[in-house]
Amino acid sequence: MELAISVIVIFMILGAIYAIHASDILSAVIAGGIVGYSLVICFLLLKAPDLAIVQIVVETITLIIMVAVVLDSSRKEAYGKFDTQAWVTAATAVVILAILFWFLKEASAPLAPFGENTMRMADAYVNGAVDKTGSVNLVTGVLFDFRGYDTLGEATVLVTAVLGVLTILRIRGRK
Amino acid sequence: MKGMTVIVKKTTQLIAGIVFLYGIYIILHGHLTPGGGFAGGVIVAGSFILLILAYGSDFLNLVKEERGSTTYENLAILVFLFLALTGMVAGVGIFFANWLPHGTPGELVSAGFLPLYNIFVGIEVAASILTIFLALIIFKEEVLK
Repeated sequence: MELAISVIVIFMILGAIYAIHASDILSAVIAGGIVGYSLVICFLLLKAPDLAIVQIVVETITLIIMVAVVLDSSRKEAYGKFDTQAWVTAATAVVILAILFWFLKEASAPLAPFGENTMRMADAYVNGAVDKTGSVNLVTGVLFDFRGYDTLGEATVLVTAVLGVLTILRIRGRK
Repeated sequence: MKGMTVIVKKTTQLIAGIVFLYGIYIILHGHLTPGGGFAGGVIVAGSFILLILAYGSDFLNLVKEERGSTTYENLAILVFLFLALTGMVAGVGIFFANWLPHGTPGELVSAGFLPLYNIFVGIEVAASILTIFLALIIFKEEVLK
């Protein structure tokens, strides 16, 4: 299974790199879709059907909206010149990346290997959730009962995003 | 906004209702099977988007529909918040307390508040996605005028 996930991740990286360098924005959007749909297969292989359903539906709707937006605007990408300032920016990015990797390595060195020793909280969730929440689907039990604040925050973020879209995409005020 | 050809219209006529019902199923069975408010809400919004794309609509209808979806979105998030607040008032005094009787695990009406949360989050997500889509179309029509 790790081999399959590795192959899919390499595929996703190739799609993302193509999406950056494509000269036509429509093909860049579709190459971005490769990343989303490969993520669906990854979720299914990792036995997370809840996430897979959400990901595949949201990816489809987003792709439709993005294609509609691209078809109505310019399909040519505006390339800038690669001058001195761009070199400085790239060098800064590489330095910051190296520093962040070093800190990540230092911070994760004393931790236990992945998946071990961290099951103390998960045991309570996995064994007691059906009795405490009455929900057979454990994911819903965690999302809406143990982690209710998170769900409230997500829903509020969505409302705020819609408010932002309605505020920006308006030429005349409503009478 | 103009509609598409007869083939697309007929296929949409056959499919859109099934997509809508499937979204409702995913929302209502959120505490039993994979899925829930977020996934089902996006599927319900998808059925509306399918209809609008295939059949097209004139500007005034779109504006009316956008007004309705905005209202439903804000009402749903308010009801969600008030359902969470009822745990403060009744029961044990904890925000998000699940004080309704839990029933038998595995039945459709069980798990106390979780199906209600699922339904209102589903309405909220469906109305949000539809509002964003409608806002983009209305913006384009306003520019073309």
